[in-house]
Amino acid sequence: MANRNAENREAGGKRIDAATGTETVGHEWDGIEELDTPMPRWWLWTLYLTIVWGIAYVILYPAWPLIDRATVGVLEWSSRGELAEDMRLADLETQTFREQLAAIDVVKLQDNPELLRQAIAGGRAAFQINCSQCHGSGAAGSQTLGYPNLNDDAWLWGGDLKSIHYTIEHGIRQPTENEERQSIMPPFEGVFEAAQLEALVGHVQSLGNDQASHPVGAQLYADNCASCHGPSGQGSRELGAPNLSDAIWLRGGSAAEIRAQILNPKMGVMPGWKERLDEATVKMLTAYVWSLGGGERISEDAADPAVRTDVEP
Amino acid sequence: MPQTRRFGPMSNREDGRAGSRPPRRAEEGERDWSVILEDGRAKTNEPVSGAVAEPEATTLRHEPHEPPRQNLPNKLFEKRTKVHNKRIDGPFRRFKWTVMFITLAIYYVTPWIRWDRGPYAPDQAVLVDIANRRFYMFGIEIWPHEFYFVAGLLIMAALGLFLVTSAVGRAWCGYACPQTVWTDLFQHVDRFVDGDRNARIKLDAAPLGPKKIAKRTFKYTIYLVIAFWTGGAWIMYFADAPTLVRDFWAGEATPAAYITVAILTLTTFTLGGFMREQVCIYMCPWPRIQTAMMDEKSLLVTYKDWRGEPRGSVKKAKKNPEKYGDCIDCLQCVAVCPTGIDIREGPQVGCITCALCIDACDRVMADIGRPRGLIDYATLEDCEKEANGEAPRPPWKALLRPRTIAYFLIWASIGLAMLFALGVRSHVGLSVAPDRNPPYILMSDGSVRNSYTLKLRNMESRPREMEIALQGLPGATMWTDTSRRESAARKQAKLVPADEVLAVRTYVVAPEGTETQEFSFRVTSRDEQQESVETEARFDTPGASE
Repeated sequence: MANRNAENREAGGKRIDAATGTETVGHEWDGIEELDTPMPRWWLWTLYLTIVWGIAYVILYPAWPLIDRATVGVLEWSSRGELAEDMRLADLETQTFREQLAAIDVVKLQDNPELLRQAIAGGRAAFQINCSQCHGSGAAGSQTLGYPNLNDDAWLWGGDLKSIHYTIEHGIRQPTENEERQSIMPPFEGVFEAAQLEALVGHVQSLGNDQASHPVGAQLYADNCASCHGPSGQGSRELGAPNLSDAIWLRGGSAAEIRAQILNPKMGVMPGWKERLDEATVKMLTAYVWSLGGGERISEDAADPAVRTDVEP
Repeated sequence: MPQTRRFGPMSNREDGRAGSRPPRRAEEGERDWSVILEDGRAKTNEPVSGAVAEPEATTLRHEPHEPPRQNLPNKLFEKRTKVHNKRIDGPFRRFKWTVMFITLAIYYVTPWIRWDRGPYAPDQAVLVDIANRRFYMFGIEIWPHEFYFVAGLLIMAALGLFLVTSAVGRAWCGYACPQTVWTDLFQHVDRFVDGDRNARIKLDAAPLGPKKIAKRTFKYTIYLVIAFWTGGAWIMYFADAPTLVRDFWAGEATPAAYITVAILTLTTFTLGGFMREQVCIYMCPWPRIQTAMMDEKSLLVTYKDWRGEPRGSVKKAKKNPEKYGDCIDCLQCVAVCPTGIDIREGPQVGCITCALCIDACDRVMADIGRPRGLIDYATLEDCEKEANGEAPRPPWKALLRPRTIAYFLIWASIGLAMLFALGVRSHVGLSVAPDRNPPYILMSDGSVRNSYTLKLRNMESRPREMEIALQGLPGATMWTDTSRRESAARKQAKLVPADEVLAVRTYVVAPEGTETQEFSFRVTSRDEQQESVETEARFDTPGASE
């Protein structure tokens, strides 16, 4: 054996493995050697097949990188094109739903659970794009900036589907719009003396609870505020006057915050979305805001004057 | 000569096909046994056997022929030699028939078994419903969150293979592997169309004429039908079989169905019809892994060389009974081998241990009146004892040993644990996702509201009425997306559709002054089972954050 291997080495060959009669590749790692077993012929054909595959791929698909794009390929396929096609198909799939939604009276959504469910899902996405900048991604608003929380059950302009829909379409205090959603609170800077102001602030703070308040404050309130905010501070949805008797303060409930609001009131504005969004999207947003937990059913509030709007779908 | 002990040297199988060529005759009518010419190379045929050599030669068993070559031809690739295995009958062949029949029957028939699950679930016994993310297996239904059952099944399959391999070597390869079963099927087709081994060799060598073309066309058509049927049966596991068959032929099935069938038809046609043993030898990782799992106590198909060597014809042995062993070099073991190896060269990667050579050899031994078992299932350890003159041990005794018992116990305990887990698992589920933005909402009456998305899971194939109840959080009430605050209560009922997860937006309101605290939701099915599950949640209030 050793002799034969020596002969083989002299002839320029490698060591021959005794068990298999195959040459080794000539390396050794800690006594482990590798056999130089020939590959099966068909294996070579798989290599040729991959080459053919590669050539076909280069012809059919984008392959060679150029400066600002790649070669187009005979099939003119691109990942962007595929995405665009997928988006188009997805839009087609929601087509009927959007048409249905555009056609239906927004109030009827509350009795159509299936359509409402889809509208809420679509509204959630549209809210993130169009509304979350002010109202926050969780629709919680901001007390420091005066953006109302849309999750609670306190509504400035009404919390039923029709009112929400109107608000979204026309916005709040938009100069180009009609007279709805326009009311403003006058500034009382310089109107009251300091003691009067303190009494008024005390009275406003007392509206939410049953504590007795200063008669001067009550009188000042009745004279100056009750016309909009109501005699007991329940507010007015027609005028967008906040309810002062509930636990929710749009701009804070401390004495300093109330005082600042009386002297130099800040009033929220909101753009109208009628021109920017299509009818179906506005209705989806309506459904979403309505669904956040404070939505009111329209039958319950039919007597509420705020429900009356001049827009009849 | 290396003096190391060698268990199962992996022989290059091309070199191992000494016997598949007609024996060369050194002289007219007499074979020169000292030299074997193979592939243009001369090899000695010096016996290395415990029967004729010194006792320590047993450690060198299965030493193949030494190659006395001067220069090896420089070969990068080698041509494949086609295997034309001969028909044989015997206990192992019959066992192989049985396994083949059972495995093919399981594969083709299973999707057509019906299993009544009521009106809300499919009635197919075994169904992998990918679109709806359900896996049905007779009475068992697996949801995606229970995928660990499938992982457990895979672990059992792996351990099962360890168990089988440690006990009976590559039995999986020899009998149950799909590659083996379909190769066997296609080889029977070969035999049916072209005749047995000799006829096929002759036909292969014959020039291409009308008869050969007709035979080849016929054979490949059968190949294609089998391949198509194989691919077609596969997709039946993934959809309702009768509907899918109708859709498939009406051209209405999904593209995935057609593509899958096309790919599987192609692979079955190629791997079963043409690649065959090449898959086992060059592509499959399993033979390599199994080689590492076998030991000297594993049952292997073994040529008992101490008994067989040196080989000699019956005539010669009659003249000189002392000189020759039992092997008469009839090459029947090689002729019947589906992978075309010579088992007499010892354990090798090409041997799938189908034991057809045992059948062939036993038959020859019976014909010439010598005891059976020249080629037989035996362990290396027993072989060495036997070669040293000890009494042979029946092969089944090799099955019971600590290693196989340990494998079996692990395998069985995983199976039992899974069965137990399946038996006690709850068919309702509840997950709670609280709204984090905003964490709480102050209501106009001063109370605090938290919102949660509850997911109610109904794993029964029927709609179930479920009750959601608040546990803890005194004074709190809740309502859901389909009810109003006016109907707020400590409990709410929901009808959860059959076999579905129902997402329920839940609003929990607690009176003013409530502190941030833990509480939980409990879901109970309002039916006979009264299955119940409780999930913890947290109620956030402004009190905690200030």
